[in-house]
Amino acid sequence: MTATVAIVGAGLAGFQVASVLRDQNFQGRVVLIGDEPHRPYHRPPLSKAYLLSTSDEASVAMRPDAYYADRKIEVLSSTRAVSIDRNHRKLALDNGSVIDYEHLVLAVGARNRPLHVPGYDLNGVFFLRHLDEARALRVRLHKAKQAVVVGAGFIGLEFAAAALKLQVAVTVLEVADRPMSRALSAPMSAVFAREHEKSGMRFMFNTQLKRLIEDEGRVAGVETVDGAVIEADLVLIGIGVIPNVELAATCNLEIRNGVAVDAHLATADPHISAVGDCASFPSVYADGEFVRLESVQNATDQARCVAARILGRTPLPYSAVPWFWSDQAHLKLQIAGLTMNHDQTVTRGDPESISCSVFCFRKGRLLGVETVNRPADHMAARRLIGNHTALSPAQAADESVDLKAIAAAAAAGANP
Amino acid sequence: MYFCTVSIFCTDPTPLIKQQAMPKITFIKPDGAQLIVDAKEGVTLMQAGIDGGINGIVAECGGCCQCATCHVYVAPDWQPRLGSVSESENAMLDNTVCDRRPESRLSCEIKVTPELDGLVVHLPVRQV
Repeated sequence: MTATVAIVGAGLAGFQVASVLRDQNFQGRVVLIGDEPHRPYHRPPLSKAYLLSTSDEASVAMRPDAYYADRKIEVLSSTRAVSIDRNHRKLALDNGSVIDYEHLVLAVGARNRPLHVPGYDLNGVFFLRHLDEARALRVRLHKAKQAVVVGAGFIGLEFAAAALKLQVAVTVLEVADRPMSRALSAPMSAVFAREHEKSGMRFMFNTQLKRLIEDEGRVAGVETVDGAVIEADLVLIGIGVIPNVELAATCNLEIRNGVAVDAHLATADPHISAVGDCASFPSVYADGEFVRLESVQNATDQARCVAARILGRTPLPYSAVPWFWSDQAHLKLQIAGLTMNHDQTVTRGDPESISCSVFCFRKGRLLGVETVNRPADHMAARRLIGNHTALSPAQAADESVDLKAIAAAAAAGANP
Repeated sequence: MYFCTVSIFCTDPTPLIKQQAMPKITFIKPDGAQLIVDAKEGVTLMQAGIDGGINGIVAECGGCCQCATCHVYVAPDWQPRLGSVSESENAMLDNTVCDRRPESRLSCEIKVTPELDGLVVHLPVRQV
């Protein structure tokens, strides 16, 4: 077989497609195209351990450089794909070259949502997604005294927790009335708000940034829309991401808050798939609604699903159970399932402690589970949700009910 | 999103370079093939394996104790030198693809120290 698989995007999803293809003895050409100057690296550490520690770059690289040569994975760094000719299956790159592909995988990810308020480009104002951004931010953070974080999402709070640990005062501005409101139930948000405040994090909810205040070209503070002024020598903006759909849009593939794909992660063009942060797919965990997930789990499992199809395996629809995590100081948040449409929550354990789980239901059916410092509940939840096991709100709340045993029994039933 | 445990806390971001001999760690594949890796002190056993080109360690989550794809088996007499199993690691070990045994550990949760020179690590048949 001499088929070429071209993978656009050298983040986790793109790396995994290439890696799995070679693990499974794919004989064709594998080209991995990334616009950053680095080989694939892990992003999760960038918002905390990397900021705090002395970890060198080897510790964020997914594999040593020799791996790519050994596996005949052609990595094109600092290279951008500019257009796709679907009729002739040609991918044009910004260096002028053209790749003839048999299969094209879009693993183009997402980019930080910009915030165009006055002063957004001042020295001392940061976004955080790439290694280069993290490196610059780390240098600045170690000299900072007062930081303002715009957006109480995962990245903002992980950064804020790291800054506090470095004795930097932190104020977090959030447009909603609670932290992580897009991802978490109200009871779990309340746990994080309370615990972060106890650690000295200052929150300002229901407000927005009006402008950044300048002092000799550097950021000196922020002003909110309601007139509050907060001094700061470092500002991190973490207000979410937008998927990179432009390349797909140029060749008229469907866009639905991401590159639209079917249950097998293929676009309407059978030679083009999409995986990871950029892919919008119908999820069995959301009653078939299209969702786009930004997570390590989704990137790796979708990559595996697409690689299997390229390898000619009997295609199975993508059905891996979604899970997420965020470590914020002493709070280890884990989520299993998709909880956004819940209409009922039940808390297991003491919500006034730092160890409890919130079970999210819709019409009595378990959608997902959020846990803080309860890894065993989280792992049981992954299995319960993955096997679509029935669990009642009463069982969820009752700590004498052994979730692990129920999950194991259901798994045994599902795989006799 | 997604974060790892803090490994080293230091206000000086300049990496420290250590000149000591590197602990030698032997990885044994399920078919019996052995690979000896010179591990950097302070990194995790997972990282040492990946840096050394060990393909049997997948490490999907990058060493954050979230995915159980860096599962290894370590003989009981070495266990006291590996540090204890945390609640997170314990929960994760219940979900490894290959059977959990008393020797099971997640290599991302083990820090390479001089005391691990000579360590022998057995890899499971599969990680995913």
